[in-house]
Amino acid sequence: MDYHSPASFAEASALAQNATGITRFLAGGTDVLVQLRSELVTPDTLIDIKKINGVHDITRNSDGSWTLGVAATGAEMSEHPELGHDWPGVVEAMDLIGSTQVQGRATLTGNLCNGSPAADSVPAMVAAGVTVTVTGPEGARDVAVENIPTGPGKTSLAKGEVISSVNIPARGENGGDAYLRFIPRTEMDIAVVGVGVNLRLDGDIITEARVSLGAVAPTVLLVEEAARAIIGTTLDDAALDALTAAASAACNPIDDKRGTIAFRTEVAGVLAKRTAKIAYARAKGEQA
Amino acid sequence: MALDHRKSIFNFVGTRPDRPDGLDKVTGRARFGADAYAPGMLHGAILRSPHAHARIVRIDTSKAEALKDVKAIVTRADFAVLPFKPGLEGEFWNVLENVMAGEKALYDGHAIAAVAATSALAARDALKLIEVEYEVLPHVTDVDNAMAADAPVIREGAADYSVPEGMHPNVVRYHESGHGDVEAGFAEADLVIEDSFVTEATHQGYIEPHACLASLGMDGKGELWCTTQGHWYAQKYCATLLGIETAQLRVTASEIGGGFGGKTTVFIEPVALALSRKANRPVKLVMNRSEVFRSTGPTSSASMDIKIGMKKDGTITAAQGIFRLQGGAFPGAPGDLTAMCAFAPYDLTNVRQVGYDVIANRPKQAAYRAPGAPMGAFAVESVLDELCNQLGLDPVDVRLKNAAAEGSKASYGPTYERIGLVETLEAAKAHPHYSAPLKPGQGRGISCGFWFNHGGETSVSLALSEDGSAQVMVGTPDIGGSRASMALMAAEVLGIPYENIRVTVADTASLGYNDVSHGSRVTYASGLATIKAANHAVEKLCERAAAKWGIPVDAVKWEDGCAVPSGPNAGDFDPLPLADITADMGATGGPISGHFEATPEGAGVSFGTHIVDAEVDSETGKTSIVRYTVIQDAGKAIHPTYVEGQYQGGAAQGIGWALNEEYIYGEDGRLQNSIFLDYRIPVASDLPMIDTVIVEVPNPGHPFGVRGVGETGIVPPLAAIANAVSNAAGVRMKQLPMSPPRILAALKEK
Repeated sequence: MDYHSPASFAEASALAQNATGITRFLAGGTDVLVQLRSELVTPDTLIDIKKINGVHDITRNSDGSWTLGVAATGAEMSEHPELGHDWPGVVEAMDLIGSTQVQGRATLTGNLCNGSPAADSVPAMVAAGVTVTVTGPEGARDVAVENIPTGPGKTSLAKGEVISSVNIPARGENGGDAYLRFIPRTEMDIAVVGVGVNLRLDGDIITEARVSLGAVAPTVLLVEEAARAIIGTTLDDAALDALTAAASAACNPIDDKRGTIAFRTEVAGVLAKRTAKIAYARAKGEQA
Repeated sequence: MALDHRKSIFNFVGTRPDRPDGLDKVTGRARFGADAYAPGMLHGAILRSPHAHARIVRIDTSKAEALKDVKAIVTRADFAVLPFKPGLEGEFWNVLENVMAGEKALYDGHAIAAVAATSALAARDALKLIEVEYEVLPHVTDVDNAMAADAPVIREGAADYSVPEGMHPNVVRYHESGHGDVEAGFAEADLVIEDSFVTEATHQGYIEPHACLASLGMDGKGELWCTTQGHWYAQKYCATLLGIETAQLRVTASEIGGGFGGKTTVFIEPVALALSRKANRPVKLVMNRSEVFRSTGPTSSASMDIKIGMKKDGTITAAQGIFRLQGGAFPGAPGDLTAMCAFAPYDLTNVRQVGYDVIANRPKQAAYRAPGAPMGAFAVESVLDELCNQLGLDPVDVRLKNAAAEGSKASYGPTYERIGLVETLEAAKAHPHYSAPLKPGQGRGISCGFWFNHGGETSVSLALSEDGSAQVMVGTPDIGGSRASMALMAAEVLGIPYENIRVTVADTASLGYNDVSHGSRVTYASGLATIKAANHAVEKLCERAAAKWGIPVDAVKWEDGCAVPSGPNAGDFDPLPLADITADMGATGGPISGHFEATPEGAGVSFGTHIVDAEVDSETGKTSIVRYTVIQDAGKAIHPTYVEGQYQGGAAQGIGWALNEEYIYGEDGRLQNSIFLDYRIPVASDLPMIDTVIVEVPNPGHPFGVRGVGETGIVPPLAAIANAVSNAAGVRMKQLPMSPPRILAALKEK
């Protein structure tokens, strides 16, 4: 195994472009190292990107948007004084991953690139409209988070491409986001269903909404029907029923050791309703 | 001088001093199974079957042997080289077959070959070069399927004499017991409920994986360091499997990171010894977690049919249970114990129980805390709860009405001596928990539970030092605070402070045979032996005092750590403290020690009653345990904090078993969830503070009244939680674990 610690993303991209066999980028390592130790994936080339300048930074830009370095950890996100105020759903989703020790290493980018349909931070990022900057042989481009995973363990990133930053939009006025997951225990578990909701209000009326589901299909889903079910409503009972039905209808899950098709489909609707209520309350400025 | 009468007033027993192993464990100084190293040590790794059932056609180790880092490879041919014994039989054969497959791989994870190499990585790489040709055979992993007529036969001739004719060859043992006429009893009942229940296999979930360091020379002399609940057992089995003399293998038990029954047998130890003998170097073997799940001894899965008749006043008129237990590919599933324990809390006129031991393509089951009892209690106590609900009766009152007491004929045969079930039920009824209001969505469950407890071969030595301190050598690995308990009991007899006593778990070369730390026997049996060994030393202390004073030894008694004249006629001498006697013991007759060995048989059965409140999310099927109270008879709690810890630990493991833990096998017969991420034991935040009540009804079979407490605490939880969940959900849950998908499905069908 070859280990590299490049000083720039251009260098990281070139190393990956020229590597043969299995290549992995190492940021927090909470998936890569676990897979290595359990002999699931033994990379031929390991490119450590956490030594590149600025990758730990969490920056609020002048327009109110946020730029997160690819090695900013869950713990750093949770401890940030303002990020969680703007995007509580994204921060809470990240915070649900693993133990305190894992939080000290784990990153949004790693969670995304691992390609798990059950990744907790991904539905929250999709709902929030997060994009990532991808650096490759042809230069850099921005890609919506929902377009990165293509299936379990797979991404749309081409050979030589590496994510170089995470871009969260400006929160703006009267908005709120939330993420809930279902696990049989209280922590230290993998989502059986995950739901991210982000919305904006005009008075009591929802004017914008994004609803995202995790662990109910080969990739995290952005469910436009679910968003349409609540846009233009005050999240009244009829809207919640429509949201529940739309979320369940969008599910295409599997039966496995973590849950059944029927269970995941049912609970996706339940969680969509519960998550939307929290996001709505946050958009109203209420504690939730 | 003997203290054979039962004591009831204590100076040390019943106090809560600091644990003797606390500092070592919090600082990392404690040495567990994997913390042993030796000069020239090699690292072992085991190749395991990916198939649930397969004939081993060919094993080619030549490519692995060609690696320069590889120093030995063993297969079944390297075991039981016995010039004086033609072959192994019974459990010896079973254990050998389990630690290294013979003609067939019998389950996913079955050991096929093992490598010793100069590093752990080299050993693992070498495994990939071993070629095994399998002929895959049909498999079965479910207990009911394994008994069906078309089930593949796992081993012809595995059944013993007890199995009635006409059963499938996978039924290997049969038990039937009871008394009275159950049909007549059912006819007297106002309500008869008959139902079926299923539980899945669970793992003990000890945090420390199996680990050992073995060294065996060509002269047949060896040393073994391992994490175990019983190093004499390991000595006997390893020596037999390796074909060496028992006494030539010295086994030392490491500090143990949990066992719960799962470390009462051997898995890697004979393999490490065989590798060491072949490589002529010490070999260390450490399992990873996946190996622990796939290849050690989980508990049995069970399928059970229960029928109970009750009168309107709550009197049970008859009870019948059929218990089918699957225990992996070898005989041993405790269908007999399940049957014997299931109705044991109740004084029944008519009772009949049948137990089946069924083999299937799964790892060989091992003991797990009251083996067999929790699943039987789940089935029986669920039906009792349903009877109470349908007849509008209070579940504690009904259990009190039928509770066994001193003189009751037990469902499994004997007549009870003094027991404490009624006291636990009365304590439950009086506990604030039992009358606390429930919130919407919550339900309450109660259950009783029984366990036999055990005595077993026991040998203890105690030696006094010249400064008046004492060392106690026991042969039972400390899995639940026994070193603290032994020190308290020795302190009580000797009359010296707890802190002046060091208790050591001695190796097999230092004491006679000691049975495994199982059966909740240690505080009872090693405790009894410690008391008697201390009495033995006290006799000698009194002899020295008598000689010094020039009076007969029967004119001396032992009081508060001093020899004193036994009465006014014995003479007027100042009390002679222990340390004064030991200070010049070299000149007054030599070292002073005490010893005791026996197989004590008065362990005293144990009962408990649990109260649980559960809250069920009706939209997701998720259960939260919101309140939990354990009430159990300890006979006499030597160190109450440890007793409470045992109660809480049993409840915590029971919560996992009831709600989320299960062995999940795929269609291919492979275990799907062999890591802690997907084998869901409770995490700390899943548990409420578990309240405990220690009831003390002294055991007549122990000098201080001790009953074992380790196992009974896991008997009621499955049933108590199932009753709480069923009452919260409004639908009877008959299958464990009660995972959210199962509860949500049951709610849909309501």
